[in-house]
Amino acid sequence: MELWLLLGLLGLLGLLLVGSYNRLITLKHRVDNAWAQIDVQLKRRADLVPNLVETVKGYMRHERETLEAVTEARARLARGGSVGDQAQANSMLSEALRTVFAVAENYPQLKADRNFLMLQEELAGIENKIAYARQYYNDSVLGLNTATERFPTNLVAALFRIGRREYFETRGADRDPVRVQF
Amino acid sequence: MLHDAVAANIRRSWLMLFLFAVLVGLVAWAFTYLLEMGTPGVVLAVAVALTAAWGSYFYSDRLVLAMTGARPARKDEFPYLVNITEALAIGAGIPQPRLYVVEDDCPNAFATGRDPRHGVVAVTTGLLGKLNRAELEGVVAHEIAHISNRDMLVATLAVTMVGIVALLGDWGTRSMLYGRRGRRSGRGQGGILVLLALLLAVVAPLAAQLLRFAVSRQREYLADASAALLTRYPRGLADALRKIAADPRPLRGAGPATAHLYIHNPLANRRGQSDLFSTHPPVEERIRRLESMG
Repeated sequence: MELWLLLGLLGLLGLLLVGSYNRLITLKHRVDNAWAQIDVQLKRRADLVPNLVETVKGYMRHERETLEAVTEARARLARGGSVGDQAQANSMLSEALRTVFAVAENYPQLKADRNFLMLQEELAGIENKIAYARQYYNDSVLGLNTATERFPTNLVAALFRIGRREYFETRGADRDPVRVQF
Repeated sequence: MLHDAVAANIRRSWLMLFLFAVLVGLVAWAFTYLLEMGTPGVVLAVAVALTAAWGSYFYSDRLVLAMTGARPARKDEFPYLVNITEALAIGAGIPQPRLYVVEDDCPNAFATGRDPRHGVVAVTTGLLGKLNRAELEGVVAHEIAHISNRDMLVATLAVTMVGIVALLGDWGTRSMLYGRRGRRSGRGQGGILVLLALLLAVVAPLAAQLLRFAVSRQREYLADASAALLTRYPRGLADALRKIAADPRPLRGAGPATAHLYIHNPLANRRGQSDLFSTHPPVEERIRRLESMG
């Protein structure tokens, strides 16, 4: 009788362990996949930036600093690094691009350039995708981090060394209105 | 707050599906017990309803696209729409749905596809002309929500259960009217039981239809709440709904069979349609709930 009770308890414990482990793995893969989505968009944007700089250079002769900021932010993003580093570099690039598009308002010829207009819609689209990818990534990280702290998944997480992940946080700059220098 | 709205809607629709299953069980039990229809009758009804509903479930995307005359939206033609849809699919964490455009001045949109891998989103050209970016994002987010909430599956489940109840009711009345009387009618209380069964045979299919529409309306609220959660901007969808509802033009190619797919009931402008038999909640109430989300 007591043996059965013991076996039943052990079985229950095993089920709990397997369930917790599988849940953690699912959450971990979701975070990895969400990060891959951000990564794809960051790379696509990095690929378009040289195009933009080439197109714009001919028209904007007096905006060397603006374009240098873009190139520099892109280079920083290309270096990679931790989630926090990339989030910061991404904010810088977003801000630099926004300044370019704001300044472009002063160049009617540039605004009529078909190539420029195409790049503008494409980059705006990517910016939007990065925002949604970040939202999905942060939601996924929230799910994983919550599970690594809640009982009993926290024990299983510690046992298999499934750790917390870092949020992809926008800096204040990303939310600020655009600064335009004349 | 947005998360809570979604969770509450999911709970409510599960409760409704549960009630539905209870109704089906009750009808099946009543007829086997009262009419001696026997288990084979019930099994047959379930089989017929399943085949009919699941056939349409698997081919729904192709069928609906053919019926509405939708054509694929290419990126060079609709860069704006394609970018918005791709972004929202990323945000919802589902594979990119296939995107279609329907040439029609009436602003409307629908989603279909049996699972997120076969998701389809279609919008009319009228919608693209009328809405601004935030509003279009709200509408597409609502359609994406239908896909990620697996509303085609829920709708198919509901239709299956309506079918089972309807078939049982139909066979039940027939066997009572034309067939031999059940053995139980020989006993004293037989008359009352047969009357009860007859009543059930008439009322149950109606109740099933009402439940199906209630489930459909609940899923619309859920898709609205999910869209608000996805875009974090409930106002966009609310404004879009206001514009869409104000448009008097009828939508070609929409009928009762596909009405539940659209963002706004394409049959809403026809007279004599009661709220109880509508696939969509009143648009004013949807707007009110969206605006109360903040």
